[in-house]
This record gives sequence, C-alpha cells and structure tokens, in this order.
Amino acid sequence: MLAYAAKRALLAALVALTVSLACFFLVHLSTDIAVAMAGEGARAEDIDFIRKQYGFDRPLGVQYAEWLGRAVRGDFGDSLYFRIPVAKIVWQRLPVTATLGGYAILIALGLSIPLGVLAAMRPNSWLDRLALAIAVVGQAMPSFWFALLLMLLFGVTLGWLPISGSDTQAHFVLPAIALAYYAAPAIMRLTRSGMLEVLGSDYIRTARAKGLRPMAVLFKHALRNAVIPVVALAAVQLGFMLGGSVVIETVFALNGLGYLAWEAILHNDFPMVQAIVLLIALIYIVLTFLADLANGWLDPRIRIA
Amino acid sequence: MAPLLLAEDLRVDIPTPLGMLHAVRGIDLALAQGETLCLVGESGCGKSLTALALMALLPTNARRAARRLEFGGRDLRAAGERAMADLRGERMAMIFQEPMTSLNPAYTVGDQLEEVLLRHRKASRAQARERAVLLLDKVGITAAASRLAQYPHQLSGGLRQRVMIAMALMCGPQLIIADEPTTALDVTIQAQILHLLKSLQREFRMGLILITHDLGIVARVADRVTVMYAGEIVESAPVAELFAAPRHPYTQGLLRCIPVPGRTRPEEKLGVIPGLVPTPIGELSGCQFRNRCEHARPDCAAPGPSLVRVRPQHGVRCVLAQ
Repeated sequence: MLAYAAKRALLAALVALTVSLACFFLVHLSTDIAVAMAGEGARAEDIDFIRKQYGFDRPLGVQYAEWLGRAVRGDFGDSLYFRIPVAKIVWQRLPVTATLGGYAILIALGLSIPLGVLAAMRPNSWLDRLALAIAVVGQAMPSFWFALLLMLLFGVTLGWLPISGSDTQAHFVLPAIALAYYAAPAIMRLTRSGMLEVLGSDYIRTARAKGLRPMAVLFKHALRNAVIPVVALAAVQLGFMLGGSVVIETVFALNGLGYLAWEAILHNDFPMVQAIVLLIALIYIVLTFLADLANGWLDPRIRIA
Repeated sequence: MAPLLLAEDLRVDIPTPLGMLHAVRGIDLALAQGETLCLVGESGCGKSLTALALMALLPTNARRAARRLEFGGRDLRAAGERAMADLRGERMAMIFQEPMTSLNPAYTVGDQLEEVLLRHRKASRAQARERAVLLLDKVGITAAASRLAQYPHQLSGGLRQRVMIAMALMCGPQLIIADEPTTALDVTIQAQILHLLKSLQREFRMGLILITHDLGIVARVADRVTVMYAGEIVESAPVAELFAAPRHPYTQGLLRCIPVPGRTRPEEKLGVIPGLVPTPIGELSGCQFRNRCEHARPDCAAPGPSLVRVRPQHGVRCVLAQ
C-alpha cells in the first residue's frame, strides 16, 4: 500500500507541475499582458514602462521559474484590480467554496449511492424508474436554471431559506442542493449499473451458497466491489463541481472562489486568474489522489500487484 | 434408511419472451449418505439448474416445483429463504465451475473461509481461523496459515478451487453439490481436484452430487449415474452397469464419444451425436432425443415415454426398452 501511495503521490506531483506550466503559459500566450495592464489608449512609452517594471521583457522561461518559485511559497503577487496580495483574497474566499463543495458532495453521495443501490436491488420497479427520471432531469437541466427554480420556490414563494450571500449555514443549503443535483445523477447511475453487475457475479452466488444473510451479501460482498468505479467518478464529479461553483456562486452571490474567478476574468486580473486556476487544479489533483488511495484500500488487486 | 436427499418430480420453469422454458422437467433423485451421484449430459440439458434448484439458488425469475423435495427428512418445499440460508453452507454446500470468479476479489481467502463458520456457528475469529487452516491443509494447500492473508488474485485457478472446496467443508456439511468443479482447470489439476474431492467425501461420509459432462470422471468417482437430456432423466443406473450395458441411445452415443485406452485404435473415428440439444420451450411431448436418434421410430413422438425399470436399479426412458 505504501509503495502504491508513493507512486500515486509522485504522479500527482508531476501532474501539478504540468498544470502550473499550462496555467502560466496560457495566460502569457493569450494576450500581451503589458498592453492589457496599461489599459485602452495607453501610450507606447507607458506600455514599455510597465513591461520593464514587471519584468515582462525577460524570457518566458525565466519569468515562469520566478513565478513558480514564489507561488510555491504562497506568493502570487498583487492583484491588479484589488491592489492587495492575491493570496490574501484567495485565502479569504476559499472557505466559502470549500463549505459549499463539502455540503454539495455530502448531499450528492448521500443521495445517489443509496438510490443507486435500491434501484439495482429492484431493477425496473417504480423506484428504479423514479430514480432514473430524477437522474435524467438532473442531467438535462442547466444548473443555473435549477438554482433559479430553487430560489423561486424556497426563497421567494415559501420564504424558508435565504437566497443570497454567505452569512449563515442556512445560506449554503440552496446552492449546495443546486450543485449536488448537478453531480448526483452520474454517480447514481454508475452505482446502479455497478451494483447490478456485481449482484449477478459468481462470488455473490458463492456468498449466498454459504448461507450468508441478504444484508451481509449486499453490504459486505456487493457494495464494496460496486463502489470502486464510483469513487473515481465521484472525484471527477467533485472537480466538475468546482467549475460549476463559478456559476452557482454567481447566481447565489456567494463570495467564494468561483465568484472571485468570474470577477478576476472580468477585470483582466491576470495574477488572480493564474492563482485561482492553479488552486482549483491542485484541489482537483488532491481529490484524484485521494480517490486513488480509496480505491487501493477497497480493491486489493490495485494495491497488491 | 431414509435417503439424505430425495426429489420427486422436480421442475424448474423460466418464463422467456418465446414462451415458458421447461428447463428441468420432472426429475427424480435419491442420494444416500456417503453416496456419489453423477449428473451427466450436454451443456443446456438442465444439470446446473437442477443443482441450483436443490440449493434454492435459482435466478429470481425461475420457478421451482416438486412433488417431494426432502433433505435429511425435512421438507424443503416449505422452507423459506431464511430457513434455506440456515441450511446452505451449514449442512449442504456447493462448489462452482468457475474458481477464477467464484471468490470475492475484495476480501482475503481467510476472511471468506472464516465467515462461513462465523455465520453458522457460535465460533470466535480464532476458532474460525484454526478451522480454516486445518481445512486448507486438508485440501493440500501448503503453508496454509500464511495463505489466509492472501487475496484470490494471488492464487492460481487450481488453488482457488481448493479454497472453494475448503470453504464448502467449513461446517462439515452432509451434502456437497459440485457443478463441473474441474472444467475450468488444466487437465493435470483436474485429476488432483477430483481425487481430493473423492477422498474428502469418503473421509467425512458426505453425499456428493457431481455434475459433469466428462464420462471419464464419472467412471472414476460415481456410485450412480443419472443421464439428463433436455431437462429430463433419460437413464439412471449404478456406474458399472451403465458403462457395461447402456440402454438409452443417448447414453450409448455419449459413451461412443470417448476414446478407451487400449481399445480405441489410432486413426479410428470416435462417435459423434449429430445435432444440438433442443431448447425445451412450450409444450413438449414424446422423446426429445428422437431427432438425433439413429433408432428413432414413429411412436417416439407419442406422449411419454416414462422411465422404465429394466433392472431393479436401472431406469431408462425409451420406447426401445419397453
């Protein structure tokens, strides 16, 4: 297990390095930053001055090395828009997005895995069909629209929950549901199909031939094997949710990373965009790494080659 | 003495889009303690479903019916799923054809062996472990204690089948049903596994139902042979008598398909039964083998024939025997 974890960690580090490269060069190649910083109608001397001042005239490789060296220490420079260190703002906003994402994944997993298992236990029953219908609707509906529907029903008509801001835990309920509904259908359907496949397998027949009780067959022998592919998918879905949180945070005016990313892009705040993209990519990499570890724990064939 | 297992008119029906599939059509079986019964026939003749029906492990859409179905004097027809689960693994055990997929890949061999005893007996982990080591040793696995921590994917097919046999023995059952336990294994391993199964059966005086399509195996291990065709028993006899004087054309055909060392000359053609086993869907009447039978007569299509006793222990379902 240790060798396996070390291998996965090394791989994750390599991916992180690659992502930092892409993150730096994409911004530098997409536009001339000095021109963008100087703003419209700037004189050539001003642009030149900015170029020299910020060191944009040096080779890109040197700039990258310097940027990475500082990024590793948590220094992403000053925000062009807010005029204060990028890291400071990012650390302020991160908890909001982390809370939202945490609630959303809890709701998504807590809903989709039991529903997927139940649907697989009684395939083609009314419950299975209902779950399928919910999943199809969830996959088809744009999340911002579903978010608006939630706001209308629970915020405006019923008045049960706040619809804007991040002051209390109650503020996170609707956005978390909206975000979870975006991720849950794929997880549910994979749980169902995985469970159906496992329930038809020879070792489940063996478990029944041993006289094991239905609950032991289901939870000990079937579920563990069925969730192995689900773990990997859940990590990917959680990553997508970070992307989806840009939309959801904007709709619910939550002051999180997603909202910040939107603002930064709007204001050509390059250091900020780079920092957020890198951070989200790193979160994604960590999630994938954790999923790899979980799979290694669940499946000895992965752990012991 | 009452038989260990008794089935009369055992039937398995499976609804299909094409109509009702009569997979097992009125089978009678009787097995005494310590006896070995071989169920023989081509693929698709209902052998495996018969075994699953006895264990109440049929797929959910299959329906089982029987006039009598008794195990150790107890009526299994009235036994619910809970009662059957109490019997399975405890007094009747099953070994399957596919050792590669019959063990759960996520748990160690030890865990899967021990859970049988933990399920059925008031045993501690340590006692279950002790029993597992004893049986792994018994089925010829070296370094038994260290195998407990291994996962199925670390073992070869032959070893996995030995583990399956040890698992079946955990509670010391009175009946073992082995469904083609050697089919998926190398020929050299096949002989070892069979030998093992047979010697364990003698040692523990268990009833053994061995399902196979390999008549070479039958000749070596069976006390009694029951030949199935299209869901029916076509011939049933003590092993020596069946091999010496087979009465049903299907049995005769099967026996002609195997080479006999010393008697079959090189270059000599082995027997072939033309055609395939029919799928028993819908209403069936007459002998189902008649389309492939070299002795077929017009009256083969008439309703029946019933299983006729040609000798006290020898039954044949054929108009030629009547």
